[in-house]
Amino acid sequence: MKTQLKKADGLEPRPMVINLGPSHPSMHNTLRVIAELDGEIIRKADLEIGYLHCGFEKIAESKTYHQFIAFTDRMGYTSALCNNIGYVLAVEKLLGIDVPERCKWIRVILAELARLSDHVMSIGLMAMDIGAFTVMLYGFIERELIYDVFEASTGGRMTMSYPRIGGLVKDVPKDFGERVLKFADRVDPFCSEVEELLENNRIWNERTRGVGVIPREEAVNWGITGPLLRAFGVNYDIRKVNPYLTYDQIDFEVPLRPEGDVFARYKVKMAEMRQSARILRQAVEKMPKSGPINIDDHGIILPPKDGMKGSIESLIHHFKLIIDGIKIPAGESYFCTETPNGELGFYIVSDGGRHPVRMRVRPPTFYNLQPFPRMVEGGFISDSIAVMASLNIAAGELDR
Amino acid sequence: MSTLEIIVTCIKVLAVFTALQMAVPVLVIMERRGVSFIQDRVGPDRCGPFGLLQPFADAAKLVFKEDITPRHVDKLLYFLAPAFCLIVPTVAFAVVPFGSGIRIGDFTLSFQIADFRVGVLYLLAILSMSSFGVVCAGWAQNNKYGTLSALRGVAQSVSYEIAMCLAVVAVVMSTNSDSGVSSTAMSTIVADQGGTYLGFFPKWNVFTQPIAFFIFLAAMYAETNRTPFDFVECEQELVAGYMTEYGSMKFSMLFMGEYIAMALQSALLVTFFLGGWTLPWVDLGDGSIAGGIASVIVFLVKWFAVAWLYIWVRWTLPRLRYDKLMDLGWKALVPLALINIVATAFVGVWLRS
Repeated sequence: MKTQLKKADGLEPRPMVINLGPSHPSMHNTLRVIAELDGEIIRKADLEIGYLHCGFEKIAESKTYHQFIAFTDRMGYTSALCNNIGYVLAVEKLLGIDVPERCKWIRVILAELARLSDHVMSIGLMAMDIGAFTVMLYGFIERELIYDVFEASTGGRMTMSYPRIGGLVKDVPKDFGERVLKFADRVDPFCSEVEELLENNRIWNERTRGVGVIPREEAVNWGITGPLLRAFGVNYDIRKVNPYLTYDQIDFEVPLRPEGDVFARYKVKMAEMRQSARILRQAVEKMPKSGPINIDDHGIILPPKDGMKGSIESLIHHFKLIIDGIKIPAGESYFCTETPNGELGFYIVSDGGRHPVRMRVRPPTFYNLQPFPRMVEGGFISDSIAVMASLNIAAGELDR
Repeated sequence: MSTLEIIVTCIKVLAVFTALQMAVPVLVIMERRGVSFIQDRVGPDRCGPFGLLQPFADAAKLVFKEDITPRHVDKLLYFLAPAFCLIVPTVAFAVVPFGSGIRIGDFTLSFQIADFRVGVLYLLAILSMSSFGVVCAGWAQNNKYGTLSALRGVAQSVSYEIAMCLAVVAVVMSTNSDSGVSSTAMSTIVADQGGTYLGFFPKWNVFTQPIAFFIFLAAMYAETNRTPFDFVECEQELVAGYMTEYGSMKFSMLFMGEYIAMALQSALLVTFFLGGWTLPWVDLGDGSIAGGIASVIVFLVKWFAVAWLYIWVRWTLPRLRYDKLMDLGWKALVPLALINIVATAFVGVWLRS
């Protein structure tokens, strides 16, 4: 056939190269997939990233440790608080300090709320990309409610920059616990509703089951983490493996699925949302109702604002901290936390100065995205959209 | 044909055409407010009472936009395609009976533009042209998304048209034509569904031909490219599919064509399966003015119900995958429709004997 065509009119059948992105409705980020199509089937997929490269790691080298907190928001904008907390924990590890108990519990609660907000979004977008638009808007309702809790306690809805090295900006409002519990009660009905809407639907099952599977060993080798890895049946959750904050005092399960397909990823996220609600309930109960939220060292954390106006020591601390920043003893540390997408690590090298000498971020989505071509090659275009949605890429983090 | 008949027909053509053009804004606002209701949000409610003027505002915006013709398009087809998309479903409406008729003296004003003896055949012939618009648009714009969309569109239309035609064949077979009328005339199909079984059960084809009904329902979504079969313009995959390079009035024509196709398919479902303008327990076809108007209202109510079903399905179901679509069409619907025809034939013969 091929030769005949060639003979006839000089034409040779060749694959159609189609460009998904960087500005494409299914790329919720600026990221590009160059797909070679044979009809509807993707023969080869090539990823191109870097459209949102901001040089965050380089910027960190000229910012004080406090100033960089605001950049971590912009990296993982769908779960900004998880990134904030991951960063301050990394710096605190380098400093060798331990924050008060109440602060730890508040951080746990906020991190879990951020996880919930990320998961409702990622499930909603996955459903939207597969064509069930309504689920996304149901997710948006829940996300708005989470953002209300964030706003009440941190003052921000999307990017909060709430934690500080050695504590938090300010204490949470008095009704924080009730607000959180009120939301935690909504999680289960929401999950049930989405499950009912999607899983009883044959189309959803056909579109997600068995799509985007790679061997488990390969998934591990690519460095996939988070719910994505747990959908391959690998029991790896940093909250369990290397508990930070107060996760060791909380009773929760790590949901696993063996299949590794898009459906398993969706199921793991659903189950994780229920576990997050469980963590929230326990954390609100166990959180000390009063007590300090910041460490008692004004060389690291800003003194209270009213004290700063009244006493000269506080004013000096304030001035020194703002102008000079924290001096961190020379050394290096790596600290990773479990963000909604997986392992977020900060590797910080300090030479004792006010800036880090080198900062390296291990973004979960970068590693999660790598096997994308392997997952979609040989599948349909529609499948690649479902797979991309299931990876839940945040380009801020991916390109940094 | 007398002069009076020609004049009346011209007026009917104008009236139906206008009504169809007006059905588009109605459907659009129905869809937008309906989906807001489904999705727990408000939807457009600022423009006029309950946002009713929103589609007109949208239309005005589209009309006043600059009409750009990209340099890389095939000019002729690029201009023809929107017209095709708009005209084909509009023309098909000619045979749809939307009311019983009013008798004034010895002149009968029937609520149907043309009652062919082969109305069904005309309809199917026109419907099979509906994919031309999509193909022209997709091909003319010289864009990979558009081309893919056109390929999908034509494959989908061809496969589902067969299932749809076969479903209609079963309906035609079960339509009673003993009194010498043609069972392929749309008016016969509707009139045959009037009345009841045992005095209370509607004689609608949906009850006598349930399999054909569901096949037609599925094919109807595929024919109009609506979710769960909206491959032609699925945003997440092909951006806007065959509409990608269109803007301004040409886009709005494509858009209107799509909604008119939806209106047409809803009307066909009502006509073939839900009794058309008939009401089972009341005879609306007596030729009185009240009966005539009531029959139009009955038709519109049924039509709105089916149109709402369209919206409901679209915003509830995810999208199928292309291969599953083909599987469903060729491996499920077509064989089922064939079996249905054979079964209808057997039952028909058995009932007669």
